[in-house]
Amino acid sequence: MPYAIEVTDVKKTFSGKQEVRALDGVSFNVEEGTVFGLLGPNGSGKTTAVRILTTILKADSGSALVLGHDVAKQADLVRSLIGLAGQYAAVDENLTGRENLAMVGRLNHLPKSYVAGRAKELLDQFDLAASGNRALKTYSGGMRRRLDLAAALVARPTVLFLDEPTTGLDPQSRNDMWEVIESLVGEGTTVLLTTQYLEEADRLANTLSVLDHGRVIAEGTPAQLKSDLGATVLEVGLHDNDDVARTASVLNAIGPHHPNVNGRVVEVTVDNGPRDAMEALRSLDQAGITPTTFTLREPSLDDAFLALTGHRTEDGDGEDGSEAKGSGGTRDRAGQPESTPIPVGGNR
Amino acid sequence: MTTTISIPTVTGAPLATGVAARVRWAISDTLTVTKRNLIAITRIPEALFFATVQPIMFVLLFRYVFGGAIHPGHGINYVNYLMPGIFVQTVAFGAIQTSIGLAEDLQKGLIERFRALPMARSAVLAGRTTADLCRNVMVVIVMTGVGFLVGYRPTTGVLPYLAGIGLILLFAYALSWGFALIGLSAPNSETAQVMSFPLLFPLTFASSAFVPLADMPSWLRGFATYQPVSVVVTACRSLMLGGPTSHWVFQAVGWTVGILIVLPPLAVWRYRTRT
Repeated sequence: MPYAIEVTDVKKTFSGKQEVRALDGVSFNVEEGTVFGLLGPNGSGKTTAVRILTTILKADSGSALVLGHDVAKQADLVRSLIGLAGQYAAVDENLTGRENLAMVGRLNHLPKSYVAGRAKELLDQFDLAASGNRALKTYSGGMRRRLDLAAALVARPTVLFLDEPTTGLDPQSRNDMWEVIESLVGEGTTVLLTTQYLEEADRLANTLSVLDHGRVIAEGTPAQLKSDLGATVLEVGLHDNDDVARTASVLNAIGPHHPNVNGRVVEVTVDNGPRDAMEALRSLDQAGITPTTFTLREPSLDDAFLALTGHRTEDGDGEDGSEAKGSGGTRDRAGQPESTPIPVGGNR
Repeated sequence: MTTTISIPTVTGAPLATGVAARVRWAISDTLTVTKRNLIAITRIPEALFFATVQPIMFVLLFRYVFGGAIHPGHGINYVNYLMPGIFVQTVAFGAIQTSIGLAEDLQKGLIERFRALPMARSAVLAGRTTADLCRNVMVVIVMTGVGFLVGYRPTTGVLPYLAGIGLILLFAYALSWGFALIGLSAPNSETAQVMSFPLLFPLTFASSAFVPLADMPSWLRGFATYQPVSVVVTACRSLMLGGPTSHWVFQAVGWTVGILIVLPPLAVWRYRTRT
């Protein structure tokens, strides 16, 4: 199968007060008609990769091809074939939804009559028909993202780039967005999406690469990645500091994985969630330990990073992962809700 | 030269080959962006304020508050002396909106989208400055009306008056490109505004716009005589009120054309390369 996107050893360094190596030799390929996920925390280089592929930014070295065309040398051709939506590519707040779509259509040099029809079609498709004539200022966050995505689709791009399409959205809007993206893939569009959410990558992506500090640290299908990470995480919260060490040794006995202590929370990867959880509860009871919380959850991006790199996700402003590990607050920054278990869609 | 356009029946935007199609699309892109910016002016209260209320306030302020204390001499009354200056000062201040608007577009990510579209690289800036030109046409119409209401009476007739207005609009258009460059260089819209003022204040106030140059200290007079705002104001004054005209008009056109040769390519380069 031909590749829609081919990235080979791309490097990009931002100079400034502090030199930042945003991409440090990144390579990946995306097959036509598939969804590819770039997974990583803030500052891992995801957006830089998207900006290079969408011709906004020039790489320092390496090559990036979209549908076989070099993004640096044939920028205009590439621009006519792609769509871009996401956290940093915005729509005009002062224009109405319809005016925004018309503007993007005209800037794609599509005929006026075609643009008007296409705008109506997209507003209907994205459930925005009723608000099409209202200025974007009045839109909710979810509506704005949908219009943003609609704007990227006006010219029916062959390859679509979605930069963190659901960051900051409430669960309902996020779910709506996922359904929209899934329907696009059904139509044959190749999609590259970046995300901080393992759940999102798992639900949408056929293949994915995990980025950390501008490097690909893991790649494969979501299933492969998850099996590398262990199936499920058992998390035991404790009231008493004295119970932490004893709980850790109880959980260690379940095996084969070793537990991690995170403040007064002990967590361990388990291979068979429910059975191991029952065993853990029995052992804890025997040891006279009463946990305050007892959660079985799917691995988060944070767990993925811990497993792959030995450090938790961070904002890039400190190399010391062990420090972040202790605080437990970094997970919030990565956008993973801590308390709710994450459902992982089994079949896509 | 033949033009081939492949209409996107299935996917993608049409592609142009040939210079003619590129030029046509550059113009159409510019008009699309112009339209977008003009719509925005009608929907942003501050933009509408800067286009209408602020110019009126300046006329009234200088006519009735400061005007009594300034005596231009040569038997010219102050309203007539003032109005050409106020015209130029107002369009110059209006150009700040160019830098703020572009900085905002950058900040909000709109420019990111534009840069990923197959549109002309010059269109975002040309569209912005063209929209500013349209706004300035409205500004000078409003100000001419207000000027007449407060006693402004140009003495040279309609055609020289229109020539003066034309000169002001052209100069304002050139300035817009300068402020576009500032907007593209600022990290955010607040800074764009802060960066604009130190340039604008000496240009508009250390000039012959409001007070005769003869009243300034000699070290300032040199700058104030030959800097572009003064030159354009003096040229307009002579067009609208009479006096030695060609010398000043020549200089004013020289400044304007000079700015237009240097700044637009610089601004487009900045647009292309800004990360």
